[in-house]
Amino acid sequence: MERTRETKTQELVRRLKYNKSAVFGLVIIVILILCAVFANFIAPNSPTPSPPELFKALKPGFWSEDGLEDMPLGADGLGRCVLSRILYGARVSLTAGFVAVGIAMFLGITFGVVAGYYGGWVDAVIMRVVDIMFAFPALLLAIVIVTVLGQGLEKAMIAIGIVYTPQMARIIRSSVLYIKEMEYIEVQKAIGSSDWRIILRHVLPNSIAPVIVYGTLMLATAILDCAALGFLGLGAQPPIPEWGAMLSKSYSYIVSGAWWAATFPGIAILLSVVGLNLLGDGLRDILDPRLKT
Amino acid sequence: MKWYITKRLLMLIPVLLGVSILSFSLIHLAPGDPALTIAGERASPQVISAIREKYGLDKPITTQYWVWLKQVLRGDLGRSIVSNEYVAKEILERFPNTIELTLLSMIFAVTIGCIAGIISASRQYSVFDYSFMGLAIFGVSMPVFWLGIMLMMIFGVWLRWLPISGRISMMISFQRITGFYLLDSLITGNFAAFISSLRYLILPSVALSTIPMATIARVTRSSMLEVLRQDFIRTERAKGLSERIVIYKHAVRNAMIPVITVIGLNFGLLLAGAILTETVFSWPGIGRYVVNAVNMRDYSVVQGCVLFFALMFVIVNLITDIVYVYIDPRIHYG
Repeated sequence: MERTRETKTQELVRRLKYNKSAVFGLVIIVILILCAVFANFIAPNSPTPSPPELFKALKPGFWSEDGLEDMPLGADGLGRCVLSRILYGARVSLTAGFVAVGIAMFLGITFGVVAGYYGGWVDAVIMRVVDIMFAFPALLLAIVIVTVLGQGLEKAMIAIGIVYTPQMARIIRSSVLYIKEMEYIEVQKAIGSSDWRIILRHVLPNSIAPVIVYGTLMLATAILDCAALGFLGLGAQPPIPEWGAMLSKSYSYIVSGAWWAATFPGIAILLSVVGLNLLGDGLRDILDPRLKT
Repeated sequence: MKWYITKRLLMLIPVLLGVSILSFSLIHLAPGDPALTIAGERASPQVISAIREKYGLDKPITTQYWVWLKQVLRGDLGRSIVSNEYVAKEILERFPNTIELTLLSMIFAVTIGCIAGIISASRQYSVFDYSFMGLAIFGVSMPVFWLGIMLMMIFGVWLRWLPISGRISMMISFQRITGFYLLDSLITGNFAAFISSLRYLILPSVALSTIPMATIARVTRSSMLEVLRQDFIRTERAKGLSERIVIYKHAVRNAMIPVITVIGLNFGLLLAGAILTETVFSWPGIGRYVVNAVNMRDYSVVQGCVLFFALMFVIVNLITDIVYVYIDPRIHYG
């Protein structure tokens, strides 16, 4: 009897506990979120000190005898603390990822539901546009949108959100197509519920599983693409401590032996993407076993 | 089969039309006067009026689109405001470099990815399986630009085994024929140039191959596991065939079908990844060309590259679909 009273969320948490790699992913993500939220308490230094402490430029960290004591991961080309910038960078990258995926979800769900629920020419038009957008590699499309909108972090987030919309729309559409044929939807129609009521109260709640799964996996690629745009100089602009932009500013120093400024931000990107991918894979195995690869 | 290919080709028309509209609108969506956008801010009034004339920029937008489309179909993508060269010519010059890079990456990705996937599946839950799949999760999550920097640092700066940027050593004289460095040096029998251009090729293509390699490994593994569970495999084992023959002769062949789709899909990702890898390694391909163009606000170049990338992407997907039907007779194509 207990089991039947378990809510879906409780069931999800119980099953997630048995998936070790998903738990590992979740731990990474929680740590990252904590870093992002409490960056101003944890970070030993300001990410953008003014006036700049240029005399510290490219000084190493804890591994070196003459390393900087207050900057455990060394200093970048402008004498800024690499560790502090990575911690503040968690804030920037996670926010960017969430905003981009949020945009993609909002647009994707809207278009996906409309296409799937109403069908006909609306569906045909939306799906043709989706096909066209799929004809571009995601990063290239994001670059095109940034070219039109202009450079900057906010614009990069919008661009990535738009680029991910077709993917979300397709997933939602197929899920809506499946649910639409269910008997309980027929019942709702028979008792005269409005389309909006049916969509909001019955169709959407039942397509939540793929949204969660793909939302998590999308967050991983969104963070990656946002860092890529930052690296290309099209996303976050200096002095914003964004992981990708940090790499693009510091990789020329590796020739002179200053490896730390170009190494640690990349590890941060890699870890957050790994964490989200592990969690996303785990959620998919639980919520949607048919999709298991 | 013929009918399927025809249908698939016909389906390309609306997509390509959409792609062209999107590329066309790039210049018109950009803030400011389109003529100025195409000609560049420092262009003389004569050049600007010539451009306005050429593209019919004072006519309605639909007319402008047809004028532009006709130019594009004739291979005229306009001129770069940076070099004043024809965009089509510059793209074709850089194209072989991008192809060499992506092809070698794909060769790495397919060979290593498939082998890792097959080993993992045939020894499920072994140390191999866990370590390959553990590496694969890092592989699919890899920021390729960062991996490129790390490879450059380790193999270029610290160990000094391989060069860190460029296409070929400056010290080597080299004759261009097709534009493919490896091919050209073989044709002309220039062994030194072949070795040199290969050395410049290794680090960028290893960096670029990571994500497809990991994806291919994961898909190969799960596809193999699925096949190994099937009845015919059990029958083969029961009749005493060696495990080697069961796996390599029968299971692998059947497991490769989904892998081929993934290879096709990943070609597109490689093109996008090439944008980043080429930037890291100063590789003279289309990827770096488009990034520079965006930074210089060289819209004609961006537009040309976007069209070109999309065209390649669409063609690769088409080939994948056709190959897929061709190798799997079970797929019903109507």
